Amino acid sequence: MRTRSAPYLFLTPALVLFAAFLAAPIVYAGYLSLRRVKVSGLGLGAGARSEVWAGLSNYSRSLTDPEFVPSVLRVGAYGLIVVPGMLGLALVMALLLDAGRTRVGTFTRTAIFLPYAVPAVIASLLWGFLYLPRVSPIVDVLSGVGITAPDALSSSWVLYAVANIAIWGGTGFNMIVLYTALRAIPTELFEAARIDGASDVQIALRIKIPVIGPSLIMTFLFSLIATLQVFAEPMTLRPLSNTISTTWTPLMKVYRDAFVRNDVYSAAATSVVIAAATFVISYGFLKLVGSRAFSQEN
Amino acid sequence: MAVTTLVRPVAEVAPPVARRRSSPTATVLLLLGAAYCLLPVVWVLVASTKSASELFTTFTFAPSTHLFDNIAFLTSYRDGLYWRWMVNSAVFAGGGAAVSTLVSAMAGFAMAKYDFRGKGLAFNLVLAGVLVPAVILAVPQYLLLAKVGLTNTYWAVLLPSFISPYGIYLCRIFAAATVPDEVLEAARMDGASDWRAFSRVALPMMRSGLVTVFLFQFVAIWNNYMLPFIMLGDDRLFPVTVGLSGLLNQGATQPAMYTSVVTGSLLSIIPLVVLFLTLQRYWRVDLGAGAVKA
Repeated sequence: MRTRSAPYLFLTPALVLFAAFLAAPIVYAGYLSLRRVKVSGLGLGAGARSEVWAGLSNYSRSLTDPEFVPSVLRVGAYGLIVVPGMLGLALVMALLLDAGRTRVGTFTRTAIFLPYAVPAVIASLLWGFLYLPRVSPIVDVLSGVGITAPDALSSSWVLYAVANIAIWGGTGFNMIVLYTALRAIPTELFEAARIDGASDVQIALRIKIPVIGPSLIMTFLFSLIATLQVFAEPMTLRPLSNTISTTWTPLMKVYRDAFVRNDVYSAAATSVVIAAATFVISYGFLKLVGSRAFSQEN
Repeated sequence: MAVTTLVRPVAEVAPPVARRRSSPTATVLLLLGAAYCLLPVVWVLVASTKSASELFTTFTFAPSTHLFDNIAFLTSYRDGLYWRWMVNSAVFAGGGAAVSTLVSAMAGFAMAKYDFRGKGLAFNLVLAGVLVPAVILAVPQYLLLAKVGLTNTYWAVLLPSFISPYGIYLCRIFAAATVPDEVLEAARMDGASDWRAFSRVALPMMRSGLVTVFLFQFVAIWNNYMLPFIMLGDDRLFPVTVGLSGLLNQGATQPAMYTSVVTGSLLSIIPLVVLFLTLQRYWRVDLGAGAVKA
């Protein structure tokens, strides 16, 4: 009865698109990363520029670029602020909502989820204006009590300024994911503890958080992947701040190399490095926590 | 326990236990969280009513009366270019999400309901695609599309968004959880082809999951910046994200543009906020449930 070719036919559109827009770009990036342009003579006229094999020189150039390592370290520091900050806030809010001891649950849940509807670029525009000392309400408030607020877009604060935008944008979505997991916990699991006099905080720490562990792992993984590709926020803030360089994050460096310097070979090498690092980090994390998330058997 | 509904309506589950004493601490903390999340939104509502001269001079949250002037000015900018950006965003997000949902549903259905050679490989490809998001590959994607002359067209943004490994992963779980084998078997007994069994029997059963996949992909495309930023050179093809960030760049030389950026930001978030509030029940996503296997 079942047609043997049916599953392949159902998979064909996905496979074709996967090959064209995921597999081919990574293969092509790998190829380009091993090539370079050879200029013969003065580099004038047709045929004076030809592409030749370059070995690993693009990789060594890209990895030893004085701007590459700082951009990686910067994203590392950014991730150390964003991921725990965002997930910590999301978890606390989700637990507070789930405890159900407030009348403002529906309103606050909707309000905290709202930023997910705001694209990173728009969020960066809004916060970018709010960071300007002439606009910032925080500067007004602090100067009211005689404190000169630091400039959020100065070099010592800009990392936190960008991290705040990501935390603002991502907390709500993660809160909803965790809240949904919390709502699915059977009440019998903690009713007994409650009768024995356990406090809400004890129930949260001892019962609820361990039970939603898999959801925490998934939100952590997706936050980590999103952190590694940060691009929109710093690119949008650049016109408002001279402290964000064109190579502020690794992906910004790829963009600059490819389109400002027209060095697609070096950009390709950096792309391959970022893709490989993302895979190693996210896959390694899944293995590390021994998660059976994404396991195949049903 | 077998599996794994990734998304489930939760309202029915967990009826509130006996009404418990409300806690002022919880209320205050939640209101603080809400205030933090609403701050920029309230600001943009207020700021879009200010004239260019008021934007940087009057008190941050003091409203003014120039909202309609600002909208008119923004609309007049290069013959309504802003509204074109909005239409472009809707085309990219709506078209991209619709096609990718169908592609994901077909692939997810095949992976959940058939046994075939290469199933394990297909699953590992999906997993790799989830772990390494395509936007990292935007530059090589651009270089390849440039070779076939598709950059700087709608297709350059639409085509890469048709494939969503995460959407396939979700659809596979929805199909496994909501479409019983017996129903498919019965359809086949009645002489339905595989395609008919999929389109007339499985798709309707997967409907609420498919709405979630569509929303996920819609938001991802609407919010995407790097892909259209790299692919498009002609500003009449821009989505609203790329358009507005370009407008902000102009603000450095024409401060009057700042008012348009602010007003444009406000108008651009209205459609998505409305979409969210009306479809909120589809956002009860339980990412972790896929991993719970006792």
